Amino acid sequence: MPGLETAALPDRLSQWDCRNNRLAWRGLVSDGFIDAVKAARSRYGADRIAVVVGTSTSSIGASEEAYTRLDPDGRYPADLRRPIIHTPHSIGNFVQHALGLEGTSVTVATACSSSAKVFAQAERMIRCGLADAAVVGGVDTLCGSVLFGFNSLELVSPDRCQPFDVARRGINLGEAAGFALLEREAFAGSWLLGYGESNDAHHMSSPHPEGRGARLALQAALKLAAIQPGEIDYINLHGTASHKNDEVEALVVAETFPESTFASSTKGWTGHTLGAAGIVEAAISLLALEHGVLPGTLNLDTPDPACGPQIQRENAQRDARRALSFSFGFGGSNCVLAFGRSDLGAAR
Amino acid sequence: MKSIGPLAIEGIAFWSSRLPGWDIARSVIRGEQPAPAAPSSRPAPALLAPTERRRAPDTVAVALEVASRACESAGLAPAALPSVFASTHGDLAISDHMCATLASAPTLISPIKFHNSVHNAAAGYWSIGTGSTAPYTAISAFHYTFAAGLLETAIQVISGEQPVLYVAFDIEAKGALATVAPSRGLLGVALALSLSPKNLSRRMTLRVQDGAAATAATSPAAALVADNALAPCLPLFECLAKDQAAGIDLALSDNKILSVTLD
Repeated sequence: MPGLETAALPDRLSQWDCRNNRLAWRGLVSDGFIDAVKAARSRYGADRIAVVVGTSTSSIGASEEAYTRLDPDGRYPADLRRPIIHTPHSIGNFVQHALGLEGTSVTVATACSSSAKVFAQAERMIRCGLADAAVVGGVDTLCGSVLFGFNSLELVSPDRCQPFDVARRGINLGEAAGFALLEREAFAGSWLLGYGESNDAHHMSSPHPEGRGARLALQAALKLAAIQPGEIDYINLHGTASHKNDEVEALVVAETFPESTFASSTKGWTGHTLGAAGIVEAAISLLALEHGVLPGTLNLDTPDPACGPQIQRENAQRDARRALSFSFGFGGSNCVLAFGRSDLGAAR
Repeated sequence: MKSIGPLAIEGIAFWSSRLPGWDIARSVIRGEQPAPAAPSSRPAPALLAPTERRRAPDTVAVALEVASRACESAGLAPAALPSVFASTHGDLAISDHMCATLASAPTLISPIKFHNSVHNAAAGYWSIGTGSTAPYTAISAFHYTFAAGLLETAIQVISGEQPVLYVAFDIEAKGALATVAPSRGLLGVALALSLSPKNLSRRMTLRVQDGAAATAATSPAAALVADNALAPCLPLFECLAKDQAAGIDLALSDNKILSVTLD
């Protein structure tokens, strides 16, 4: 993400200044989000809006930098002696203070499912009456741990990533920040119809070969939303372009959905934004519903034999009322979100 | 403010380097016995295969130990339980190792260290070891981590109408990271919470309230865990050790407390 190095946070937030929180700030000031939160703050009160945000590595990049500039006594350089940016909750704490909120604030860190699971946690908080609204979202920026870590696992493509392509060679890493304001009742906007969470209980960095956890999360989301697979118009797949993920995911989709369901991976455009992938793809799914434009799969030339007719290459203009977004992460953590268009009404 | 509960505390587990196990911790809290003179070496959870037991990071060793013990004491099968894993700083030793390696020889990052560095590593090993496909989550909330995790667990019990396992842990910081994220020794705690109490289980009600003053730990155990990042959990376990009705306040944010009433 260009320009973050020279885009320091406003003075009042300088305590949280680091590359990851700068990207978070860029997200918060986009698309009128801060104004929407301000309006919610005056409706509900600052202490009735929870913050639940996801990340994979938060601002560990700041700790990595400190280790390259340790003083002769082995201590952090003076400019980085700020404990809040060297702990996973850096992002949740920053978002809460940046938005002037005073309720609970939690950072969810379940690798690449993080900012999908935030919707589930926030919905439960609101349903139980502990908040009237919640700021959910996710932020991840590139850092050495992720760059060299994914390379050590040989999961990074030397070329552009090609989700679901027979010749795919791995993921492209991406950076992103995204946020959503979740409310029980809204004057406008789409609906969170349901969600499903599960674990593979299989392997730390490889998906279950039959997609056991993915299927469980999908079934749970459909059940909570009280909808059938045939009622789903669009699926934003996890589709990382890693060999294993795409094969397993393609099988699950082919076996669960009718041929008419339109499914795609948008990671050809965004790369894999890790802990931010959930919110990025939730936002894309919501845009697809709102505009009736379903994104295809960039860089998909020859589909893997595991792909059913659901997985589409080209964008399409099509009326769509319900969408799913799939997010799967290290540690076997899975989350599926179900969204409905604004005119649909809440499922429950 | 809305209350949550009552919830039944079906299982309790505690492990710290100076108080290795809930039975010892409870006796020391009650003043019935002195703490062991020397710290214990880390626990070796039976859930892991012997080779994995040696290789497992400290976070995984202490988290799986208390998770298993809480399920045992609750008489609940781990595989069926959703779980909430909370840790202030995650694996401080692996973070130090990763940062030091990146600063000196980045291409030497090990794939196993990398996948063990995720905040949900302990939760992942727990689900693999128990075969549990029930959802877990892994969270952090800096100084408010223990209270935030307890609240999320209680919310899951109420909204899912089923027992949920809560596991919280922090380990010893290493290297330069220890100067900005200080934490000493290992400390892990776990609770199994449910809606329908068995005869002997204690009941807990939670309330989110205005306030910033958390209850201070006062027992002889306080000094033994005070320098671990998860030390804010201790007042709750002091109450649990003394079998009497009590209330304590845990800090939940800069200006909110989580009031816990035990009957």
